[in-house]
Amino acid sequence: MAFEYAPAPESRAILDLAPSYGLFIDGEFAEAADGAVFKSVSPSSEEVLAEVARAGEADVERAVAAARRAFGTWSALPGAERGKYLFRIARILQERSRELAVLESLDNGKPIRETRDIDLPLVAAHFFYYAGWADKLAYAGYGPDPRPLGVAGQVIPWNFPLLMLSWKIAPALAAGNTVVLKPAETTPLSALFFADICRQAGLPRGVVNILPGYGDAGAALVAHPDVDKVAFTGSTEVGRSIARTVAGTRKRVTLELGGKAANIVFDDAPIDQAVEGIVDGIFFNQGHVCCAGSRLLVQESVQDEVLDALKRRMATLRVGDPLDKNTDIGAINSAAQLARITELAAAGEAEGAQRWAPPCELPSAGYWFAPTLFTGVTQAHRIAREEIFGPVLSVLTFRTPAEAVEKANNTPYGLAAGIWSEKGSRILSVADKLRAGVVWANTFNKFDPTSPFGGYKESGYGREGGRHGLEGYLDV
Amino acid sequence: MSSVVPAYAPDAPGRLAGFADATASASALRRFLHGLPGVDAVGLEARAAGLGTRSIKTTAKAYAIDLAISMIDLTTLEGADTAGKVRALCAKGTYPDPTDRRTPHVAAICVYPDMAAVAKEALAGTGIRVASVATAFPSGRAARAVKLADTAEAVAAGADEIDMVVDRGAFLSGRYMDVFEEIQAVKEACAREDGSRAHLKVIFENGELATYDNIRRCSWLAMLAGADFIKTSTGKVAVNATPPGTLLMLEAVRDFRAATGVQVGVKPAGGIRTAKDAVKYLVTVNEIAGDDWLSPEWFRFGASSLLNDLLMQRQKLSTGRYSGPDYVTVD
Repeated sequence: MAFEYAPAPESRAILDLAPSYGLFIDGEFAEAADGAVFKSVSPSSEEVLAEVARAGEADVERAVAAARRAFGTWSALPGAERGKYLFRIARILQERSRELAVLESLDNGKPIRETRDIDLPLVAAHFFYYAGWADKLAYAGYGPDPRPLGVAGQVIPWNFPLLMLSWKIAPALAAGNTVVLKPAETTPLSALFFADICRQAGLPRGVVNILPGYGDAGAALVAHPDVDKVAFTGSTEVGRSIARTVAGTRKRVTLELGGKAANIVFDDAPIDQAVEGIVDGIFFNQGHVCCAGSRLLVQESVQDEVLDALKRRMATLRVGDPLDKNTDIGAINSAAQLARITELAAAGEAEGAQRWAPPCELPSAGYWFAPTLFTGVTQAHRIAREEIFGPVLSVLTFRTPAEAVEKANNTPYGLAAGIWSEKGSRILSVADKLRAGVVWANTFNKFDPTSPFGGYKESGYGREGGRHGLEGYLDV
Repeated sequence: MSSVVPAYAPDAPGRLAGFADATASASALRRFLHGLPGVDAVGLEARAAGLGTRSIKTTAKAYAIDLAISMIDLTTLEGADTAGKVRALCAKGTYPDPTDRRTPHVAAICVYPDMAAVAKEALAGTGIRVASVATAFPSGRAARAVKLADTAEAVAAGADEIDMVVDRGAFLSGRYMDVFEEIQAVKEACAREDGSRAHLKVIFENGELATYDNIRRCSWLAMLAGADFIKTSTGKVAVNATPPGTLLMLEAVRDFRAATGVQVGVKPAGGIRTAKDAVKYLVTVNEIAGDDWLSPEWFRFGASSLLNDLLMQRQKLSTGRYSGPDYVTVD
């Protein structure tokens, strides 16, 4: 008899989900000016979780005006006072982390194991970290009196709804800016719970405004003349249009866009741990990670060994109910995203790469894609060049360190990369040659609020996190 | 589930074909062991911690608890051990929970060599094995002739399994061939007159090997020398079984079987006291080596106090209430 793990679902009872939610403008929840609403759906069951007000241009107008009014008083507060609010928010996030973890799993489809152990602790850590900077801006290395920019218009993606919110809001508020944030249309709920936390923390009205909505609301926010700073995380395609919109204006911009990170395994790597890093690199968060290690570059001499170990490991991944504490891989975020992953995987087969997935039963309702591996991939294949944003790994091989670097850099993107080797000097020399914002050595997908994150080339510009993340919200 | 410990498979003929070169000389052995893939400590520990977060409930928990009980080498290794104490432990191992005869018996009773005969007699007909620590346990610091005599005495007294300690001094000073030859010699000393052989478990004392790279090397060294089981520790030092160290040994037996076709068992020992810990180890066995190792034939817990916590958890599952320590026997 095999050791079958009985289901261990996290309770939904801790979550008090209302049937409908409004926009959060000037400290109040409000309906959209035109009364429009949309539904937020759980990707693992297609169950409608709640109806949410859909922001339009008039709502963007109201929210930016509220943020502008609040900016005067908020930016005039002593840094230590702003820090107090941020610390308070961080503590409430910790206190409510179980509730938020359940909500995020339901709305996004990602496993509770990740929301509980990774997302929520990092969200709180970002607020704690930037709370500490609020009264030390004069010592951040940008001169004795760096000033905030004004109103920040922020647009975030659906892959880490609450974490991306924290990356955007925490440094903006610490630096003295006020915020209008638009969460993604498939995952608006945790941002609205965050709005409630702002009220719970007594944050002054208008400092944080949340506008759930679609791309039109995001475009209106980016184009609004009274927005001083635009911060966007999402696709390179949308990033390009934002860059066009703000070109020639005085607005500052930070863009965190797509990636196609190379995960390079040398023949002297700690193989078992490298396999863990490969799995973590591409199957973490269903592969919905802009810095996912979606291109595995493995040295030919250890190719068979690594692939055998990787397949054996992939066969132990548990796909299913995101609220089950034993689930490793949850649901794909939306039907549209599933269609795109399916299309690109089909292209991989059509172009001659060999497809492999472990036997796994996928639930009948919801959006699912089995963890998938493509071998025999070359630089000429679409799956080696385009960001798939799903649990699909392309395996390429190399013979020499120079070839590894050449292939790793041969991409329009440059967000992240990984190196696996027991030889320190090789790690340092290869890392130095990689054109990527983050290079992990003998690990992958590790995040920390103190560490700057951002890309080269089509992966965007500007940095978030750390002291560098403050720079994007200060007039320096 | 069956609580019978299966008979051991005879040695595969042509064992370790293809690895003759690795053990041809001291320098070849050294090259081979140092050519094994390295271990990244941070990654290994993260993996072990990750497996520790698996949530095992209801039917899976009931299965795991019974399995863990059937895998215990119930142990008494005290200077003050007496025949009476050993007999009491044998009775406990046979009927761990007198209120529920469906409770599986343990895999073995583990004693010092001079108590092997007592245990053998007390366990007659139960199917429970007698394991005996030999080779100058726990330090391993004695002349080889003494270690071999220690082993032969225990086998003659009826021990079904010999738990030997490796010479950590020789290993740490790089004299791998000495360790290799000593394991081979002890294995020979496990032979009985009728041609059968006691089962050999090789104890590394992971805490004294200090690095994960050493644990991987020692695993391969012991398996190449003919170990039937590899065991983490004596239970007599500060650092005994740890989840990452055990995980690493499970990777080694998995890789060794893939390379040679020979399956070797793993036994963590020392410091495993709660059912929760034991279940984490079983999850690790399941996901690292695979369910082929999920039987008392291939995985054991070296423990004395673990059994009572498993029994209390078992009673909790069947009655819905915690009963407390007075509802399990003290032996």
